[in-house]
Amino acid sequence: MHISPVLWQFLVKWLHSSSLFPAEASTIAPYMDALYFFLLLITIIGIVLVGALLIGFSLRYRRVKNPVATQVEGSTLLEATWTIIPLALFLVCFVWGALLYFRIYNPPANAMNIYIVGKQWMWKAEHPGGQHEINALHVPTGRPVQLTMISQDVFHSYSIPEFRVKREVIPGRYTTVWFNATEPGTYHLFCTQYCGTQHSGMIGEVVAMTPADYEKWTQQSTSGMSLAQNGERLFASLGCNACHSGNAAARGPNLAGVFGSKLTLANGNQALVNEAYLRDAILNPSQHITAGFAPIMPTYQGQISEDGLIDIIEYIKTLQTNYRVQQTNVTSQSNQAAPTTPEMVKP
Amino acid sequence: MSTAPIAISNTILTLPDQSTATLPKRNYINAEHGILSWLLTGDHKRIAMLYLFSITFFFFIGGAFAGLIRLELLTPMPDLVASDTYNKFFTMHGIIMIFLFLVPSVPATLGNFLIPIMIGAKDLAFPKINLLSWYLYLIGGTLTLAALVLGGVDTGWTFTTPLSTHYLNTHVLTAATAIFIAGFSSIFTGLNFIVTIHRMRAPGMTWFRMPLFCWSNYAASILMVLGTPVLAIAIVLVALERTIGIGVFDPAKGGDPLLFQHLFWFYSHPAVYIMILPGMGVISEVISTFSRKRVFGYTAVAFSSVAIALFGFFVWAHHMFIMGVSNYSALVFSLLTMLVAVPSAIKIFNWAFTLQKGSITFETPMLYAFGFMGLFTIGGLTGVFLGSLGMDIHLTETYFIVAHFHFVMVGGMLMAFLAGVHFWWPKLTGRMYPEGISKLAAVVTFIGFNLTFLPQFILGYLGMPRRYHAYPVDYQVLNVLSTAGATVLGVGYMLPILYLGWSLKYGAIAGDNPWQATGLEWQIQSPPLTENFTEIPIVDYEAYDYEWLEKKQKEQVTTVG
Repeated sequence: MHISPVLWQFLVKWLHSSSLFPAEASTIAPYMDALYFFLLLITIIGIVLVGALLIGFSLRYRRVKNPVATQVEGSTLLEATWTIIPLALFLVCFVWGALLYFRIYNPPANAMNIYIVGKQWMWKAEHPGGQHEINALHVPTGRPVQLTMISQDVFHSYSIPEFRVKREVIPGRYTTVWFNATEPGTYHLFCTQYCGTQHSGMIGEVVAMTPADYEKWTQQSTSGMSLAQNGERLFASLGCNACHSGNAAARGPNLAGVFGSKLTLANGNQALVNEAYLRDAILNPSQHITAGFAPIMPTYQGQISEDGLIDIIEYIKTLQTNYRVQQTNVTSQSNQAAPTTPEMVKP
Repeated sequence: MSTAPIAISNTILTLPDQSTATLPKRNYINAEHGILSWLLTGDHKRIAMLYLFSITFFFFIGGAFAGLIRLELLTPMPDLVASDTYNKFFTMHGIIMIFLFLVPSVPATLGNFLIPIMIGAKDLAFPKINLLSWYLYLIGGTLTLAALVLGGVDTGWTFTTPLSTHYLNTHVLTAATAIFIAGFSSIFTGLNFIVTIHRMRAPGMTWFRMPLFCWSNYAASILMVLGTPVLAIAIVLVALERTIGIGVFDPAKGGDPLLFQHLFWFYSHPAVYIMILPGMGVISEVISTFSRKRVFGYTAVAFSSVAIALFGFFVWAHHMFIMGVSNYSALVFSLLTMLVAVPSAIKIFNWAFTLQKGSITFETPMLYAFGFMGLFTIGGLTGVFLGSLGMDIHLTETYFIVAHFHFVMVGGMLMAFLAGVHFWWPKLTGRMYPEGISKLAAVVTFIGFNLTFLPQFILGYLGMPRRYHAYPVDYQVLNVLSTAGATVLGVGYMLPILYLGWSLKYGAIAGDNPWQATGLEWQIQSPPLTENFTEIPIVDYEAYDYEWLEKKQKEQVTTVG
């Protein structure tokens, strides 16, 4: 018996390094694996049952043993059995799967938020503190992290197998997913939706770190400007502050504290102000007129990148008073200079 | 013909005395001669043969691309071809296999040939539309080849917007036109079957005396006629968006890219049932014949086909669970998905219990049917993984889904197709295929299939995304196993081409009813006359009535003797 060295190498490699399951590195993973084993069990029982019936009947009723068939019309009882039992099992899978789905797609209220922008063919991660990453994501362990994701071009999909989470990243709308990493380590990040030439190159790594290491990492990697600070500059340079000044007589609604509130729109609808609402209102203002205001805001479609929109949204999220908005207005009227944030003023 | 065998044989195959047997002098094959007599024929049997040759041609082209994909994935590095080329490979593989092979496979070949005969009709209701359907198929196929030769297309068979509308520079429109046209060929086939089954059944052939093959093709026809136009609409919208930028799917113009997914899957999910239902019909015929028994719970099997067709229209959004659809709509679609799995389970158990108390033999069609039942069970149950919402998040868009639908489409449908081709080969051609080597081919196919696709379930759970040109090194072992399996599978598919071709000239003369089966198609000569029946049959027996057949054969013996 001669085994080729190449085959031998593969067998050894198989035994040493191949696994049947990815590592469990998030709080979701054990739940996912439990459901997986349940489904595997059903599958194995199903296959064994069908296989046993086929082989058993084949042996017992093969022509040489049973030369004449006995005609049977059917059996309501048997047929009811194999309708009801599979149905019941499938319904268990349905309920179990639904519970898991709602767990994965409903982030806890205290989750820290990181923005993800997908584009052909890279992943950009934007942390609230202003840390930017390409094809990587650093997260702390032991803390729920929500990803708010959007695509700049085509459909992508953000998948972290070791965390057992995945969500489509869609042009024109935010999608979210959350996880709570448990094990520090480096994990696969894949784009799983076919997105063109370099689809299989749209990969990266997710680095889960202990809270202390993560703290260190955030300090070393900061760009010096938080998303909100970037947003404030953009807000001023696009002239948003001219109308959204917070003055009683202003042409645009007051934005301080607007995030998370319920607005009554001009068409009578109620709208919850979240990231998606703010993005839509900037790009398509005529459909999102706050009651009591004239539809005069121009669209910013094509003028702000997805990153810019994220900055402005983060800025509006943090905006509690209009003091600095009005200050910027006064400054820009007095010297016509581009507004700057006070922290960034050079000596 | 011996009526009382002394030793019980392990086959039901009964051939006429080969020293005196000849093919019938007059039959549909030699009724007319010349290439034009085929190209302008209205005979459903000739059109079925035209379809059989065309889909086999496309199957091997699609298969060649599968081979190239597996070859590239032998190593983790993208070292065989460039990424764009790889993307074209899997796109061409998908388009050809789905639209040019699987959708027409059983209905347009076996269905076309057999449905009129099974219900006692001389032809389909609209012979010219039938021929037109083949020409549309051919135009669609030629355009696909044109897109391929001109440089290929890399949208994936799913044509996802906005990738297909704004971001690719390949022959998207040519391929889209091809699918649009091929779609009409499928609509015409479905239309023909529905009208024929409603209007042209022979006297006494009630709905519940029809072979289950007719029921399942009828159910598939409903899906073809109602579903395919939606695909056509989706494709037209993609073409308009690509050429003049109407903005239906473009968020920058107020469009919604998810709308395309809804339209596409509204066809493409039912399309899965268009592909599998006719195959289930084949399995019913084969299992019954080789166990000499009426199909267990005929009515349940018949209605489960219709139930699958109806439910099949309301599960499309299970392709979109992770795409930001409302959580509550996902809930509804998941529940409906679980319900559509039940009729399939019913069928499997009914087939299994058809064997009980039967008198079973294991000729090639039966081996393929057994293969179908095993593999379709795995394919169906792994579908429950994906229908289960939370599980779908981890498994969708990975190799798990690739393995799942290949178990259903290849393990299920292709096995059923091969079962059917072998089963009816004597009726189609008048000659038998060689039994020994065809059994070997069935076993090789089964082994090769499992070796190819079982590792992909594990790869999927590990997280390997589908449509990846390169992959992390830790996935290599499983990929090597899969590629090795694909090689075996390739051999399994080459064998039938060789021995079936051989049998056309050298196969044993089959006679009218080599399998001692009950269907009307087996009561006429092989190959049949152009007009199928010399006189319209009057049906006074139920489907799969083997006692009726025995009585009839005894009567014939006494009349002759």
